[in-house]
Amino acid sequence: MSKINELFTSKIHAINVGIEFFKDDIKKQNADAIHLEWKPPGGGKPEIIKALDSLENATLEQKIEEANKLAVQRIINSQPVLIGYDQAINVVPGMTKTTILHSGPPITWDRMCGAMRGAVTGAIVFEGLAKDIEEAEKVAASGEITFSPCHEHDCVGSMAGVTSASMFMHVVKNKTYGNIAFTNLSEQMAKILRMGANDESVITRLNWMRDVLGPMLRDAMKIAGEIDLRLMLAQALHMGDECHNRNNAGTSLLIQALTPYILETDFTKEQKREVFDFVASSDYFSGPTWMAMSKCALDAAHGIEYSTVVTTMARNGVDFGIRVSGMPGNTWFVGPAQKVVGPMFAGYKPEDSGLDIGDSAITETYGIGGFAMAAAPAIVALVGGTVDEAIGYSTKMKEITLAENPNVTIPLLNFQGVPTGIDIRQVVQTGILPIINTAIAHKDAGIGMIGAGITHPPMEAFEKALLALSEKIS
Amino acid sequence: MSIKVVIKESTYFDSVSLMSLSTKANQIEGVEQAVIAMGTEMNKEVLRNVGLITPELEAAKTSDLMIVVKAATDELCESAYVGIEELFTKKGDTKGKSEIKYATIDSAAKSIPEANLAVISVNGAFAAREARKALENDLHVMLFSDNVSIEDEIALKQFAHEKGLLMMGPDCGTAIIGNVALCFGNAVRKGNIGIVGASGTGSQEVSVRIHDFGGGITQLIGTGGRDLSEQVGGIMMLDGMKALDEDEATKVIVLISKPPAPSVEEKVLAQIKNCKKPVVVYFIGGEETAVVAAGGHFAKTTKEAALKAVVLAGANEDELNKRPLNWPLIEEVRAKLTPEQKYIRGLFCGGTLCDEAMYLAMDTYEDVYSNIQKKPEYKLKNLHESIAHTFLDMGDDDFTNGKPHPMIDPSTRIARFLQEAKDPSVGVIVMDFILGFGSHEDPVGVMLPAIIEAKQLAEKEGRHLEILGYVMGTDLDSPKFEDQVQKLMDAGVTIASSSTNAGLLAREFVAKGV
Repeated sequence: MSKINELFTSKIHAINVGIEFFKDDIKKQNADAIHLEWKPPGGGKPEIIKALDSLENATLEQKIEEANKLAVQRIINSQPVLIGYDQAINVVPGMTKTTILHSGPPITWDRMCGAMRGAVTGAIVFEGLAKDIEEAEKVAASGEITFSPCHEHDCVGSMAGVTSASMFMHVVKNKTYGNIAFTNLSEQMAKILRMGANDESVITRLNWMRDVLGPMLRDAMKIAGEIDLRLMLAQALHMGDECHNRNNAGTSLLIQALTPYILETDFTKEQKREVFDFVASSDYFSGPTWMAMSKCALDAAHGIEYSTVVTTMARNGVDFGIRVSGMPGNTWFVGPAQKVVGPMFAGYKPEDSGLDIGDSAITETYGIGGFAMAAAPAIVALVGGTVDEAIGYSTKMKEITLAENPNVTIPLLNFQGVPTGIDIRQVVQTGILPIINTAIAHKDAGIGMIGAGITHPPMEAFEKALLALSEKIS
Repeated sequence: MSIKVVIKESTYFDSVSLMSLSTKANQIEGVEQAVIAMGTEMNKEVLRNVGLITPELEAAKTSDLMIVVKAATDELCESAYVGIEELFTKKGDTKGKSEIKYATIDSAAKSIPEANLAVISVNGAFAAREARKALENDLHVMLFSDNVSIEDEIALKQFAHEKGLLMMGPDCGTAIIGNVALCFGNAVRKGNIGIVGASGTGSQEVSVRIHDFGGGITQLIGTGGRDLSEQVGGIMMLDGMKALDEDEATKVIVLISKPPAPSVEEKVLAQIKNCKKPVVVYFIGGEETAVVAAGGHFAKTTKEAALKAVVLAGANEDELNKRPLNWPLIEEVRAKLTPEQKYIRGLFCGGTLCDEAMYLAMDTYEDVYSNIQKKPEYKLKNLHESIAHTFLDMGDDDFTNGKPHPMIDPSTRIARFLQEAKDPSVGVIVMDFILGFGSHEDPVGVMLPAIIEAKQLAEKEGRHLEILGYVMGTDLDSPKFEDQVQKLMDAGVTIASSSTNAGLLAREFVAKGV
């Protein structure tokens, strides 16, 4: 029987796109119909649609599918393990005493937002390159400092991402593919360097982290050898974290794993007590750890010819940049950083907020954070308030991703894997932007964190990436 | 100024929930500042920064919940605190699970394996792409959108033909598949007559007439208006005929189209010879000879097409109410009209209904003008002014450009109706009212005030204004057919029982000295 004749004798299951009441009329006649949440592909821009069409050429499409399959495989198969802590100058490629790494795509001092300027000047004082913040501003503007994105040095940095030579870093190794990723340590509080604060309390804390916390963690890991981070991440998700804005479980798991080795180090009981108090002071302690873990997995998937998989999403408070696997090296596609919408600390209003900032969107790029909202019902307040809404975000992200990661699953979604492998074609085609859970830093230097919320990348970055990629490969 | 501090020992809430609660608490009337947070060092620091810290708060433990309210007076503080307590007990709506929403045909088709048809009505600029995606996913397609290029149409139809799928449209307004009407369609009985139609309202009219004659429909396959053009070559009509010929439930096939391109007509007629089943052909203004020579059954009107189909499908012709023309009525109307009132003005929503009435008028009159006239000399140059006998397809791009179809937004037709009603040379104004899925919820109702106004105006001027209405719909349709007809009759409108009769009545009302 022909397919048309088969249709004549089958129940109608229609997919309706366009005028919604056509769906209602079909349903009134006891047939099934669903209505698509459709938007014109590429926002209706002819050049974008043309690029999408050009990538649909059969032979090209096959190459893309194969490349994406490989990219997704590498993300999923990556097994990042924590192998140590050390100072940036000792381990981070390209780090010098006058280098300051920052979050997001490349940016010059004169374009930096308030929070990043605050962090940069604070770091200059911390490194002894200036005596105070005022002098630090001159040093920053003098050209003596080399500014460079964390991402271009195998690093990620939360919020301003400011990373300088003597800061202690997580060292995370990809056991499957061998690459290494770094990120610095959580400062725990709200009034901290990465959020743009730089007063004496901030510098004092950084000094203690350099002199006590960092060395203690380093020595502990020398004894521990390695800690499997992917396994721990999977556990944390089962315990109600999404591992970007909620890290309660992850932090408990990480410190639980580190504690026996911390006890074995040669530091005093008082110093150990300080470290445990510090870790207990904020659930964010493991936040950077998951960033380095994600970075480590995604770097393994970068640089695969023809792949349309996003390997980086990062913001510097001014620009939002993405990198795509098929455009190797440090090819950034940028658009303006967006506002972050969400609850705020007492005394602050939305107009105090700086724009979206930080490399932490690496977690969403990996499939956790906003993508795993359904795993963290405790923080649904972030996305509107109901658990249904949280689940909705996770299922919606499946529309723009290529696979589910079987190693990292969400109990509430019947243990489906987290949505993995953001495909720029699908983002541009559907108009659905990745959702990012993130913190809000004050727009001015010197203040710090003032809230948390959700945001999205600018579509422009994905459109530019699509145009460049289609130009390159078609 | 008053500050109230409450510390709830060993009470845990997640920080994000608390930030959200704080935000809501700050919106409570009278609150100058409210903080709800766990007693962590970080939160105490926040309180210090905003000057709300107290020794009591300094002493709070990490596991304690701190609630701090600042307001102008003690009373305000207290009432605000009650409001905050309520925030803790108020829970979101837990019912109404959200339906899974898909953004693309690809993802929907992959997630719903039983999906078998895509109904596409997006802007024409994006429609072909969506249709292609649907076909790639093995979905049959009903493409309602217009403004799709002929190249895209050909490519889509060839692709669908190769895959053995239906590609109905672009610009396909009606279809009935498995007794489900898609987009615009009427509720008709299930039966044994299959229709392939290149003209939407023509197909609807034939399905309605078949229902009225007691027959029923198996499938109504729409092809889109350009299917029988030279370029497209009738791909969908030929595939549709073939499918209906192979369909066990179908006993008779009806083909409906505006005049096809000669080469395509030849192809279609050639296929009739290969059909195992009788085929009734209604090509508006078509020639009988070629159809009969090909073994088809020729119909000159929609009504005749329906009648022949039901008879071929087994009905006893003698037992049918054929709804003949009411000649006494015609004489009566003729008597009321003055010698100056000699012209027909047709204002149609349905393109084929307009075409049919126009062709019937052309059998008698020479000076028949229209925006859809094939003869260039009778094509209206100024759309805003009628000449002699004028038939307007108000659903044509000429009138809809940028506006909704008159089936949905009747305002253009109302204005035109009032204009025609003032013209003393007008003998009859004929209009269609289309019921069923997709159409206006009360097409007669929206026209009534204008009809009453026009009747009163004509009466004042001492002339009779004949208004002829045709309500296209079945007794199963919504809004209720009978109610719509009654409303028209109450307003003094003469009712035609079919599209064909509407055309014939209009023609005869103004026929003089016959």
